[in-house]
Amino acid sequence: MKPQPKFLKVLNFVSVLLFLTALGMVFLYSPLEATMNYVQKIFYFHIANAWVGMLGFLAAAVAGLIYLIKHDQKWDVIELAAVEISLVFFLIAIISGSIWARPSWGAYWTWEPRLTTAAILEMVYISYLLLRQGIDDPDRRARFSAVYTLVGAISVPITFMSIRLLRTIHPVVIGTNSSTSQGSFDMTSKMLATMFFVLFSFSVIFVNLFWHRIRLGQLAQQVEQIKLEELQ
Amino acid sequence: MIAVKKLVKRFGLKTVLRGLDFEVQEGEFVALLGPNGAGKTTFLRILASLSRPTQGEVRVAGYRLPIHASAVRRNLGVVTHLPLLYGDLTAEENMRFFGRMYGVLDLGQRINEVLDLVGLASRRRDLLRTFSRGMQQRLAIGRAILHDPDVLLFDEPHTGLDQDACDMLDRLLHEVAGQGRTVVMTSHDLARVEDLASRFDVLSRGIISASSSRNGLGKNNLLHFYRQALAG
Amino acid sequence: MDRPSTANHRSSPTARRPSPGFLNAIGAIVWKDLAAELRSRELLSAMLVFALLVILIFNFALELDPLTRRVATPGILWATFTFAGTLGLNRSMAVEKDRGCLDGLLLAPVDRSAIYFGKTISNLAFMLIVEVVVLPVYSVLYNINLFNPGLIAVILLGSVGYVAVGTLLSSMAVQTRTRDVLLPILLFPVVIPILIAAVKASSGFLQGLAVTEVMPYINLLIVYDVIFTAVAYMVFDFVVEE
Repeated sequence: MKPQPKFLKVLNFVSVLLFLTALGMVFLYSPLEATMNYVQKIFYFHIANAWVGMLGFLAAAVAGLIYLIKHDQKWDVIELAAVEISLVFFLIAIISGSIWARPSWGAYWTWEPRLTTAAILEMVYISYLLLRQGIDDPDRRARFSAVYTLVGAISVPITFMSIRLLRTIHPVVIGTNSSTSQGSFDMTSKMLATMFFVLFSFSVIFVNLFWHRIRLGQLAQQVEQIKLEELQ
Repeated sequence: MIAVKKLVKRFGLKTVLRGLDFEVQEGEFVALLGPNGAGKTTFLRILASLSRPTQGEVRVAGYRLPIHASAVRRNLGVVTHLPLLYGDLTAEENMRFFGRMYGVLDLGQRINEVLDLVGLASRRRDLLRTFSRGMQQRLAIGRAILHDPDVLLFDEPHTGLDQDACDMLDRLLHEVAGQGRTVVMTSHDLARVEDLASRFDVLSRGIISASSSRNGLGKNNLLHFYRQALAG
Repeated sequence: MDRPSTANHRSSPTARRPSPGFLNAIGAIVWKDLAAELRSRELLSAMLVFALLVILIFNFALELDPLTRRVATPGILWATFTFAGTLGLNRSMAVEKDRGCLDGLLLAPVDRSAIYFGKTISNLAFMLIVEVVVLPVYSVLYNINLFNPGLIAVILLGSVGYVAVGTLLSSMAVQTRTRDVLLPILLFPVVIPILIAAVKASSGFLQGLAVTEVMPYINLLIVYDVIFTAVAYMVFDFVVEE
C-alpha cells in the first residue's frame, strides 16, 4: 500500500482537531436551549451527519455516471466508498434523529418525509451492497453498480417529493401532530455559529474518511489482482 | 474476412487474451484448438460481437468491432453449445422469430429451405423442448444460416451429442461450409475437425501459438501438431 | 440448395440483406413472449395463483370490518400487484437466460433498446392480464365495485412505471449469482413513488373525489413513468453488453 501522502496525514490531524473543537463548541460554547436543554445539542450532530450523508450520496451518483461514461475502474472504487460513507452517516443521522424525537415528540420514529426518505435511501444502499455481493466479474459488478446508483439517485429524490406530497395534501392521521412541524426552535447567533462550525468540521471529516476509504478500495483491488496472478 | 490485430481482453484484472493476431480469408474453414480455459470461447464471443475487446483491432466481414457491431451481426451466424432457441415455441415459430429479428425477406420460403437443409421439416410444428439435443443443435445451425451470413462461428457445437448426432452434424457442417462461407470453429475433438477444417490454429496462453493448413500437416499428424503447439 | 454461379464467391451482402426494423424487432419479441406464454402458461398461472393467495393472506392477516376494508383496498391491491409482479419479471428474464437466448437476442442486428422495449411491453401485458383477473375477483369477494375508469387508468400508469424499472433491474438480477432473490431487493425501494401515488390516486377515485384532488398523484405517476422509461432505455446497453 502506498504510504499516506503528506496532505492526508495533515488532514487526519486537522479532522481530529476540528472534531474535538466542534464537541467543545457544542457543549461549552453554544447556549442551552430553553425547552429542550441538552437534548437539543444532539441536533447539531444530527444535521451534520445528514449533511455528510448527502455529500456521499451526490458523490456516489456522480461517480456512477462518470464510470458509465469512462469505464475507468477507479470511479467504481470511488462510488463504493461514497456509498459506504453515506450509509453510515445517514444511519447515525437517523439514530440521532430518533434520540431527539423521543423527548421532543414522544415517539422514536415519525413518518415525516426526511426521515422516511433517509430510511428508504438506506435500503437502496443495502440493496446496492447486496447487488455487488452477487457478482464476481469486476467489470460487470462495476457496470451494474453504476446503473443501480443512477436508478437510486433519481428515484430517492422523487420518493422524497412523493412523501411530501402525501403530507401536504393529507395531514398526518397516524402519529403525533407535531411530526408535521420540525420540532423547531429559534436559533440564536451562537447556535447558528456552532451549527455551521459543526457542519464545516464534518465536511472535512467526510473528505478525510472518503480519502481513506478510497485508498482501502484501491488496496483491495491490488489484493484481488495478486490473487488472480497467483491462480493463473 | 476476419482480421484481428493485437487483441487484448481483460476481465477486471485478469488478462485472458494477450495481443492475439488472427486472420481468416474468405471461404476458409479454421478450426481453433486449445486447452480448457485458454480463451477460445472468450475470443469467439468477441468475434461474435457479444463481448468488447479491451485493446486491439478486430474486423469481421469488413466492419470494425465494436463500433459497427450491428453491421457485422447482419452478416454473422453463431452456434454455441447452448441452442439459443425457445423451448416453448415450435421449430417453425423459432425460425420465424429469428427471421423477423434479422429482417429476412421471403421468410416463409426461406424457413422451408432451411428446415429442409437441416432435415427437420417433418418436425416443424413440434415444440423445441421435445427435440433431442442433436436436433436442437441442427435447428440452431438453421437459425444461424437463416439470414444467409458470410461468416459462421461455431463454439464447440458437438458438445453433448452422441455419435450419430455428431455424424449428422458433421454432414450438415460440410454442406453449410461448402457454400463459400467463412467458418471458425472451436473444438476439443481433434478427430472431428480433422475432416472439416482447411486450417488449424492453436490458442494457448492468450495468443495463437501455432497455425497450419491442412496440407501442411499430412495425414494423422494433427494430434502431433497440437501437442507440439502446447508444449512449445 | 442453390448457390450463386461462382462456387466460392458470394454476392454483396448489403444487396441481399435488408435492415430489420426497430419496431419490427420489438413486435417480434412481444409476439414471441406472448406465443410462448400462451402455450406453457407457466408464468401467468404462477402470477395469478400467487396474487390470489396474497389476497387470501391479507384477508386473514388483516381482520377488517367492511368499512375499513374499503379504505384498505387500494393498499391491498397494490401490495398484491407489487409482489406478483416480481414473479413475472423474474420468470420472463429467466427464460432468456436459461438456454442462452439472451445471446441469441443480442446477436440480432438491432438496437439493444429494442430488446428492452420488447421485454417491457410483454412484461406489461402479463401484469395487466393478472390485474384484469384480480380486480373482478376482489370485487366479488368483498362486494366492492372496482370497475372505475379512474382506477383502471391508475393501474395502467402504475404498471407501466413498475415494469419499466422492473425489466431493467431484472435484466441485471438474472445475471448475478443471487438471481431471483435479488430482484425484489433491488426493485422495491425504487418503486415506492409508484406505490405512494398509485395507492393515493386509486383511493381518491374509489372514494369519488374530484379529479383535481387526484391529479397531483396522477402527474407524479406520469412523471415517474416518463423519467424511468427514458433512463432505462439509456442505460440498458450497459446491462446487457459485455
